[in-house]
Amino acid sequence: MASPNDLQFQEFEEATELLSADPGASTFSISSSNSTTAAGTGGGGGGGEEVKLDLSEDEEDQEESSELLGQKQTGGFWTFEYYQSFFNVDTMQVLDRVKGSVMPLPGRNFIKHHLRNNPDLYGPFWICVTLVFSVAISGNLSSFLSEMGNPAFHYRPQFHRVTIAAVVIFLYAWLVPVGLWGFLTWRQGTERQIGGYSFLETVCVYGYSLFIYIPTSILWIIPFEWLRWTLIVVAMVISGSVLVLTFWPVVRDDTKAMAVATVVTIVVLHTLLAIGCKMYFFQTVIHPPAPVPVPTTPPVHVSLSTKSH
Amino acid sequence: MAAAEEASRPFAGLSDVSISEDIPVEGDISVPVGSSRRDEEFSTLDEPVKETILRDLRAVGNKFIHVLYPKRSSALLRDWDLWGPLLLCVTLALLLQGGAADNDDQGGPQFAEVFVIVWFGSIIITLNSKLLGGTISFFQSLCVLGYCIMPLTVAMIVCRLVLLGSSGTVSFAVRLIVVTASFGWSTFASTAFLADSQPPNRKALVVYPVFLFYFVIGWMVLTFSPSQ
Repeated sequence: MASPNDLQFQEFEEATELLSADPGASTFSISSSNSTTAAGTGGGGGGGEEVKLDLSEDEEDQEESSELLGQKQTGGFWTFEYYQSFFNVDTMQVLDRVKGSVMPLPGRNFIKHHLRNNPDLYGPFWICVTLVFSVAISGNLSSFLSEMGNPAFHYRPQFHRVTIAAVVIFLYAWLVPVGLWGFLTWRQGTERQIGGYSFLETVCVYGYSLFIYIPTSILWIIPFEWLRWTLIVVAMVISGSVLVLTFWPVVRDDTKAMAVATVVTIVVLHTLLAIGCKMYFFQTVIHPPAPVPVPTTPPVHVSLSTKSH
Repeated sequence: MAAAEEASRPFAGLSDVSISEDIPVEGDISVPVGSSRRDEEFSTLDEPVKETILRDLRAVGNKFIHVLYPKRSSALLRDWDLWGPLLLCVTLALLLQGGAADNDDQGGPQFAEVFVIVWFGSIIITLNSKLLGGTISFFQSLCVLGYCIMPLTVAMIVCRLVLLGSSGTVSFAVRLIVVTASFGWSTFASTAFLADSQPPNRKALVVYPVFLFYFVIGWMVLTFSPSQ
């Protein structure tokens, strides 16, 4: 029987080794802040029992253990308090999470370090809304600036782009995490992974990782192609690394092929979003101007339109 | 002992009272009708229609004045109404029509888009502030956000007048200044009314969506370009 002194909090990979070494030990899989006490009580009271509480599969235990952690999963989904629990953040916490998404350090898992079991929906939602408007407005501004010298150009607000940007960005920020979370949960079910992420945490990390694109889209107004491509590469590296650093510890216990494929898919989708936004909203129009003087048009039009390049 | 019992039990003497069946009990129950305010509120059926309409218009106009000079008063919050926001939204949406190439989709926002942005934006901001723990009620918040669009509507009128004159760089500079000033005014006015009902460490989280909301409306006002 293991004495309480032998049980300390270990990293995940050592936990699997411990488990395989002593299958009779009780295991708790809760977050780092309470696991020393949990492991202590589990070890002291467990003895030779096989008690396994897997939080992601058993809702009752999830509720109990989250009460252990001092959180309240209040009410059913039809009560207002249920949704209020997703907005339980202060200004400083949101700013701290944004900073963490802009400066990813290796070894700092965004979910473990910044979210700390308190995922919120405020950040993802308002970052997506801001990104929609910043991309649409900056795209409009950049096309205006690039055609300013052209007297044939007539400024148009292009307001329909807001709708398109909204659809694309919200689909990306909410459907891709659903798919990824479902996939990871399925793999977790078959491979007995430890420490999968909840759906909210996945949505949260995706939402915060989009933050870097807001200043990037504003800087895209500057009309130099090399600058735009540099910016897009920098932004993709930063936000891609936030995602990779978050999901790699969960995925690497899987088979090598699946792990690499998952990470590559995450990065590719992220890249597609960035490049797609750039191509659609920030088109540098290289033109013969639209009212090209065709010989059949009356001479009045030819004399009015001057080719400015 | 009986006296002590009587003293300890109030209405002890009434426990033996009973009314025999052959004594009829009859009388009148009437509520004294005095000249109280509550009476006047319930009998507005007899007043002329003009007075009814004017009363509502005066309430709306009163709130407009409160937005013009925003101080921390509770007039907007206490007697909320949604006539003012509806009026402002319709005016703004109508003024944003007639822009460049209205029939193709390269132009400004359609009437429905303005409506959707104003009303759904207000609803989402209200839900956001309530979810973050605000104590303001749903319709009060809608009322405040709607009324504070007024400076931007005034800016829209000014912009259209300026555009009637010329549409060069000078007019753009003038429009930019006017729109920026009215956007600042709107944000300041709405935070003056809303700030008290928020928990103190989340004020910035509640103010930022309001800022974004008026920024987007200001953008729509500024980029309005007339058809030529």
